Amino acid sequence: MKDPDSQDQRLPSPDGSLETPMDRRGFLARSLPVPLTLLTVLQGGQQEPDQPKPAEAAPYKASDHNYSMGIDPARCIGCGRCVEACKTENDVPREPFYFRTWIERYVVQTDGQTMVASPNGGIAGFPPITETGILRTFFVPKLCNQCAAPPCVQVCPVGATFTTPDGVVLVDEAYCIGCRYCIHACPYGARFLHPVSHTAEKCTFCYHRLVKGLIPACVEVCPTQARIFGDLNRRSSPLSRFMRMNQIQQLKAHLNTAPKVFYANLDGEVK
Amino acid sequence: MTDAFQPLMEVLQQVKGYIYPNEVELHWGLLIVVYPYITGLVAGAFILASLERVFNVREVQPTYRLSLLTALAFLIVAPLPLLAHLGHPTRSFEIFLTPNLHSAMAMFGFVYAWYLTVVLLLEIWFDYRKDAVVWARNERGLRWFLHRVFTLGANDLSPRSLEFDRRAGRLITLIGIPSAFLLHGYVGFIFGSVKANPWWSSVLIPVVFLFSAIVSGIALIMLLYILTSLVRRIEIDMACADKLASFLLYALIVDFSLEMLDFIQRLYEAEESIHILSQMIASRLFISLVVLQMLLGTLLPMIALALISPAFRGQGRALVQAPPELRRLVYFCSAILIQMGIFSTRWNVVIGGQLFSKSLRGLTVYKMELMGLEGFFMSALLLLLPFLLLYLLVVVLPPWPDKEVSLEAVNADLLSAGQTGQPD
Repeated sequence: MKDPDSQDQRLPSPDGSLETPMDRRGFLARSLPVPLTLLTVLQGGQQEPDQPKPAEAAPYKASDHNYSMGIDPARCIGCGRCVEACKTENDVPREPFYFRTWIERYVVQTDGQTMVASPNGGIAGFPPITETGILRTFFVPKLCNQCAAPPCVQVCPVGATFTTPDGVVLVDEAYCIGCRYCIHACPYGARFLHPVSHTAEKCTFCYHRLVKGLIPACVEVCPTQARIFGDLNRRSSPLSRFMRMNQIQQLKAHLNTAPKVFYANLDGEVK
Repeated sequence: MTDAFQPLMEVLQQVKGYIYPNEVELHWGLLIVVYPYITGLVAGAFILASLERVFNVREVQPTYRLSLLTALAFLIVAPLPLLAHLGHPTRSFEIFLTPNLHSAMAMFGFVYAWYLTVVLLLEIWFDYRKDAVVWARNERGLRWFLHRVFTLGANDLSPRSLEFDRRAGRLITLIGIPSAFLLHGYVGFIFGSVKANPWWSSVLIPVVFLFSAIVSGIALIMLLYILTSLVRRIEIDMACADKLASFLLYALIVDFSLEMLDFIQRLYEAEESIHILSQMIASRLFISLVVLQMLLGTLLPMIALALISPAFRGQGRALVQAPPELRRLVYFCSAILIQMGIFSTRWNVVIGGQLFSKSLRGLTVYKMELMGLEGFFMSALLLLLPFLLLYLLVVVLPPWPDKEVSLEAVNADLLSAGQTGQPD
């Protein structure tokens, strides 16, 4: 049986339409008018004048969208494919101090202790657990929370970091002065200073892909669909379904940053 | 991996517990410690100057002009550590051209420009104008040129214009006091408003910064006054030194009380962050916070000043009567200890706020570089530079009371110039 959550996460293309793969039924359905049309033409018939013309391709309107991500930690296996894909897609420095996304492994022990680790951001997976007396363990993917009330945007002295109309927080590399106030203002440790450009950097939801109708690289490669990407403005989407079907938590919600990365059934140990 | 990342690899080895991967690099280093330290000295020195001008504390008059020049010398240097620390210093002017009005940091340009031009430069100009006019008349060469330029052509020495100078200076000082509060309160706000950081996020931080600024400013002027008197081989005015010591003690007590209030509040509230902050104080910050800031930098000078200075009994009477030589020595040593303590305070705020992870699960370390724009030597240079500037300012505009042009000298000057109260 098809997994109800494993729905198509592709975004509307820039013209707003959602292309769907053609299966056999679709192919036949589309093929059906062809012989009929041919027949009409051969019969010398005329096209009906009031037949609606195909809608003209509407330009991409950023304010129509509000991008967001859902994360289901229960599905994450800590393989690190997302971290690798992110580093490759976005030219993130390979050194273990710069991450747009990373995976944390939580090991909660029976004595109440919680050990957290993220060796090299989890890019190459995790070593075997050495702790004993384990109560539960789980992985949590982390990234910029694309807050709706972003403290990083508030503090940037020159406005180099900003929220796009489609709800993504970006940094203008050509404008950032490298003061690093935004790095301190981010409660999630999601920002770093690029060692070459000397400007602040963070997850962009792969904005360059979004505007082409593609989904972020980390979502694309996740083998277990632990990451669900979508548009909060669309009622029928895998993200909406994810938000309907799960108990949703946000990281550090008490700071009132209104994060837009939503976690399903998140463990209380995660900060 | 290249050598450039070797220091970060070493930090990674010393991380205790869990920190977010992006937190291995510590972003605000020694330069950002130096910045609030310097602005604090500016604000403190100015507030000391205002004591004489606005609150008529006559005893501290010998330090009035020295305080103004010290504030100016340090204010000129204040933006340099920020500039050296930026990833793109050449883009720094964007803060002035396209400021983000929601950003506390963007206000820096306005606060700085206001304080430099409207407060300090104007006050110094009104205060020194008559002196510069009189000095220039008996001088030749560079000094003549500098003093002529300083007067901006306003050579009127009539009683009316002198009275205007006095009133204008007083008005500017009145504006200057809240401005000095604004300058350093604002620097505190830069840290205090970061809600992501429980070590910084406190409404008390701007107030603590302010009073520590006053403490550091008075202590610096005390040091400079004693040192310059020694160099100039003149007798130290003990009434002035005693008064400085008294005000230093008052400010120190307020500062310490506020810090304790902040400390006790955190401890009593015992929020989520208290465990990691306690660990940090007990390990990474123990020397700089408990030993240098609290014991040596605050309590020891506080006790010494409370015993030796006439702060509590007044009329030159102290709890422990000591000869002037001993009092001078105690004041001098206390002022040095206080400087060390205030520098540690800045260190503990800036560096301390980055030694624990925002995951509240781990501690990291700060590896200070020696060379480079953000290294130790750069910071040392930036701390010495204001003293060089102050020396130059003192040469051009001597702040000593015995060099100040008296009213009699002004009148004599008017007579010699063949004028009687008319502008030339």
